This record gives sequence, C-alpha cells and structure tokens, in this order.
Amino acid sequence: MQKKLILDSDLLDITLSRLCQQLIENHNDFADSAILGMQPRGIYLAELIHQKLEKSLKKKIDLGYLDVTFHRDDFRRREIPVKANETRVPFLIENRNVILVDDVLFTGRTVRAAMDAMIAFGRPKKVELLVLIDRKYNRDLPIAPDYVGKAVNTLASQRVQVEWQAQGNKQNKIWLINQD
Amino acid sequence: MSRLSQKHLLGIKDITRQDIELIFETADNFKDVINRPIKKVPSLRDVTVANVFFENSTRTRLSFELAQKRLSADVVNFSASTSSVKKGETLLDTVNNILAMKVDMIVMRHASPGAPHYLAKHIKANIVNAGDGTHEHPTQALLDTFSIREKLGSVEGKKVAIIGDILHSRVALSNIFALQKLGAKVMVCGPPTLLPKYIAQLGVQVELDVMKALQWCDVANVLRIQLERQQIKYFPTLREYSLYYGITKKILDSLKKPIVIMHPGPINRGVELSSDAADSQHAIILDQVENGVAVRMAVMYLLAGQI
Repeated sequence: MQKKLILDSDLLDITLSRLCQQLIENHNDFADSAILGMQPRGIYLAELIHQKLEKSLKKKIDLGYLDVTFHRDDFRRREIPVKANETRVPFLIENRNVILVDDVLFTGRTVRAAMDAMIAFGRPKKVELLVLIDRKYNRDLPIAPDYVGKAVNTLASQRVQVEWQAQGNKQNKIWLINQD
Repeated sequence: MSRLSQKHLLGIKDITRQDIELIFETADNFKDVINRPIKKVPSLRDVTVANVFFENSTRTRLSFELAQKRLSADVVNFSASTSSVKKGETLLDTVNNILAMKVDMIVMRHASPGAPHYLAKHIKANIVNAGDGTHEHPTQALLDTFSIREKLGSVEGKKVAIIGDILHSRVALSNIFALQKLGAKVMVCGPPTLLPKYIAQLGVQVELDVMKALQWCDVANVLRIQLERQQIKYFPTLREYSLYYGITKKILDSLKKPIVIMHPGPINRGVELSSDAADSQHAIILDQVENGVAVRMAVMYLLAGQI
C-alpha cells in the first residue's frame, strides 16, 4: 500500500485561507448565507472554515451539520449499512444562500443526497458546493463544485484519506492511498 | 458496527445489547426527522411492507404504518377480521399469498405465541413481531426503554417496577428482557394470581405490595388488566383490583421522590391508573407514543439494510 501526501497542515492552512477569501468575495458579510457541513467528515472542514470566517469578518455566521444517511441512493446496495449521524440545522435555510461543505468530492452521490436532505429545512435561494479535494474524472452525476481546495487526478481504485486534528490525529493531513 | 445481528425482530430475547443500542442511536436520528417540518426520508422507497394483523390493534398498527410512510415504504394492510382467514386459510398460506405479491417485510401481530418464529422459518421476508399472544412485543419494549433512556439519561442501574397483569402481558416479558440486557434492575408487582409461577427465575424481584414497589423504583411501568385474555376470574372485581393496585396522584405525592409513570396503552382510567395520575407530570405516556414511531422507523430501517 503506497501513501502520497496531497496536503500537509501548512499547505492546508493556506488553502483554507484562500477558500475563505473566495467565499467572502461572493457572500460579502454572510448576512444571507449559511454553511452546512456534511456528516461525518465534512463537518471538521466546515468548522475550520467557519472559525476563519468569523475571525476575519468579526461576526457570527450560521453553521449547521447535515447527515445524508437516510437520503443515500446506495442504501441496501452496500455490504455494511452506513451509520447515521446527527443533523443539526438550528436555523431556517428558506431564501438563503447555502454553502454545502464536504472534504472529498468523488462520485457526487453524497452531494445529491445532501441536496435532497437539505430541502427538509426550507427552499434555499442558492446552493453552492465547497470541497477540499476534488477527485476529477470520477463523477457519476452532473455535479461540479463552486470552490475547490485542490483538484487531483485519481483512479477509482485509489482512496483519499483525510486526517483531522479534531478527530484525534496529530496534524491535519490529506493522503492519496493506492490500494493493491 | 452498524448492522443488527438478526434478520428478523422476533423478540428481545434473541437480540443483543449492541443491537438495542444501535436501534436507539438510529432512533435518535429518526426522532429528529419526525420533528422537522418535512417528516419524511426516502430510505425505504423501494421496499414494500405488509402489516398483517390477526389481532386488534390501534396504536401499534398506526405507529407502524406512520413509521413506514415516513420512511417512504409502500404499505399494504391486512386484518384478519376482513380476510380469507375466516374462510379457513392457514397462516402460512395467507402469508405466502401476500409474499407472492412481492412484499419485502412483514409486520405481524398474532394471538398465538411463536407465530412469527414459525413464519421466519418458512419464508424469506424480514419479519417484525408486533405482538404474539402473551409472549413478546419487542418494539413496545424498545420504545419503553428508549423513553426511560430519554427521560433519565440511561437505563443502566435504574430500578424499574412492572405493575399489573404480568401473566397475560407480552409487554412485561419483552420489557424484562430489554431492561435486563441494558443493565436495569427489574421488579414485577401484581396480585399473586396474575404473576406467572416461575417469573422469579428470570432474575426479577417479585413484590405483592404496590406501595413497596413504588417506593423502591425509579420508573413504574403500569400494565392494563387484559380482561379479553382472562377466561377465568383472577380477582373478585375491577373495583377491588383498583383499590389494592390502582395508582393515584395521592399515592404518587405521598412518595418522597419523583418517579416516572409509563403505560403501554390503552389505559383503563380509574382501574390501574387514576386520571389525575395518568395526566400528571410524572407520566411520560404520550412521549412513549411519539418515541414509538421513531423506534419503529429505526427497526425497519436497520432490517431493510439486510434485505
């Protein structure tokens, strides 16, 4: 099994700052915008971005967690069912700009499920997608991200492993793993 | 682990503590779903469920049907009173006919203990036992323990008294198994004629005095007197039963601690529970009903993952 480092913690920090700047360009002071992190791992990215944005804008920004387990289209097609996580959206998304945040964009099926799950909390004015890693050429659905941390060419057999400090790892690191 | 150890939910006796905890964690998420403006998720949209009720039921059947609809499953209902069972069809034939119409899951209530176990041996669909005679009623025990966990934080170490008609109650047996698997202490209390002879062998305490039981417990699960199952007289009159075993607000106030009152319904007001006790802040009877939908959604969702 070969491991290649895609992003280390320094580079990740620079990437996150850049993503925040891009978000501020489009969303100004976030008065009409909210961030939704996708469970289970997208929430750590969403929290990091949320912290940075609140620090630079010096105001509270809405942050929610969205679990898409019950909306997945691969339920009953997987060997082991996915375990559900908490959904916490303590605000209405009716008529607001929503930024969906996930760590890795691969087939696009999770994002489709997320859009489905999100509608239960209102009809957003606009939905955007932010991902840290965009695995190019692997999409099953016509879904494209609006903000990308880093786009990488990967094979379907490879795996992107995301290690967050908040999950108990030493440093934030993103790896590309070749499975033999 | 995110998979149940069993393909069917026939009784609490057959499942593990890990299974129960997985059902609770999943039910937490579904409880959140049913409190949203849009109470529906598409998880079971390609699953067909048959509710096969050979015995009367309002609450359980409604709760199952709502749970199925909130999971987007297709639902067919069947009740024995309006069916060919009256014409002499056997259980296996009835169910095989329903299955021939491509049904994936069967929720069954039957008056004979073991009926769902018999079916599970003979057919391929997942089976959920919605009560088999005086044997088990697993989803009721799951929602009861889920409600205790919600109200008191956990079930482990809590003292639970099950009071009333233990002899004819499937709720009692399932509750005893579920509570013991989750680490609670269990006591049963009722008139000696309504306590099964060997109940103590299940590892529960037996108490004949309702006051002592209430003083001991953190939670009292009060059961209905099942007159429809009693072919002989087990006590002189309902009035006398109510006098000795009925729980009133006055009794609850005389205890020096707060206890939680549960009832699986339907309540016979003025018999096992007085109106003022059933409507007091001690009672979590309507929470139980709400949790019932979430717990049943979790059970069917987890079972459907194995179809």
